[in-house]
Amino acid sequence: MGLDAASARVALETVKDPEVPVLSIIDLGILRDVETDGDEVTVTITPTYSGCPAMDHIRMRVEETLRAAGFRHVEVRTRLAPAWTTDWMTEDGKRQLEEYGIASPRPTGVTLRLPIRCPRCGSNETEPVSEFGSTACKALHRCRACLEPFDYFKEI
Amino acid sequence: MTQTVDSALRSALFTYLVRLGDDSLVLGQRLAELVSWQPDLEEDIAVANLALDHIGHCRNFYAYAGAVEGKGRDEDQLAFLRDERDFLNLVLCEQPNGDFGQTMARQLLFDAWRLPLLEALRDSADAQLGGIAGKAAKEARYHLQHSVTWVVRLGDGTQESNERMQAGLDFMWRYTDELFWGDEVEAALVAAGMAPDPASLRSTWETTIGDVLDRAHLRRPADPRQRGGGRTGHHTEALGRMLPELQFLQRSYPGLEW
Repeated sequence: MGLDAASARVALETVKDPEVPVLSIIDLGILRDVETDGDEVTVTITPTYSGCPAMDHIRMRVEETLRAAGFRHVEVRTRLAPAWTTDWMTEDGKRQLEEYGIASPRPTGVTLRLPIRCPRCGSNETEPVSEFGSTACKALHRCRACLEPFDYFKEI
Repeated sequence: MTQTVDSALRSALFTYLVRLGDDSLVLGQRLAELVSWQPDLEEDIAVANLALDHIGHCRNFYAYAGAVEGKGRDEDQLAFLRDERDFLNLVLCEQPNGDFGQTMARQLLFDAWRLPLLEALRDSADAQLGGIAGKAAKEARYHLQHSVTWVVRLGDGTQESNERMQAGLDFMWRYTDELFWGDEVEAALVAAGMAPDPASLRSTWETTIGDVLDRAHLRRPADPRQRGGGRTGHHTEALGRMLPELQFLQRSYPGLEW
């Protein structure tokens, strides 16, 4: 396979979020741009949260992966604006998140608050426990039907 | 002439970024002190997340400040190798955690100011500052929601929780006027369309605080003895005690990296 933006993107599908390992950086919606020039590639990503420790790891994995794919010069740039939103997560990403046991984010900017569905039993009878969970991007919820606690990937 | 103007504005921008970064670092460190000491596991996780967000904001502000200054200082040098008088955070941010009521009072008073500030900065004429602030504003919305929830719950709780929440608020109140002060640094940025006038944030803050105090059955403290000075490096006793712990590693092993 030749070295171009398309092959770089295929390679980048294998770079996962270390804290949510079912999601690639493409599923997460943090890959903003890929530009290639021969064996040089410039990748632009946008951070999820300002303090997310996974970002350093992701930058490193992007570089390793593209080098392994044959690129000799890899540059990873960070773009802050427009700020990342969970609306950029792919539908496929949201589905995989649910299958992994994490409720997927609701759309942002919607006044009508949809219920958060339990990823285990599918009930809409859920309640928040805490706005902050095991990582910056998640909140802690509880299902009143199956009584299990679960993570919710909060909309931002 | 243009060169002189540019360098004056750059210098003001540098100081402004350090001020905002110091607010985040000092408050982040205070919150990090609470990890493993919270009343329940969920709250322990929450303070760790809040601290992480603040440290993240601080890194963004410092990294940009270092670039604006152009002397090769990075985030670590700004965070770990400056002395107390060089820190420019609001004195509110350095106040000790005290009991949970006192902590939540500080968080509420800060969050209700910080969110409208970041939202205003999002439209800054300086694109990088706008980008950092726009990102931080989304996170700050969750912070405000968290502190409001707790202040209302404690104020509108038992007699004991109400009294302690009120005491925390009374203690922190004297450090709030400084939120709305400004000097030549802010004035230069306001004139360049890069930052809002600090005084312009007061009405939003008053509305938020007034609403929360009503819901929480708390009294608005009437303390005329307002104390500031953090923006020019004149701190309360609390900051000096925090810095040795914050800076220990770099002071003992200069240049150490993970």
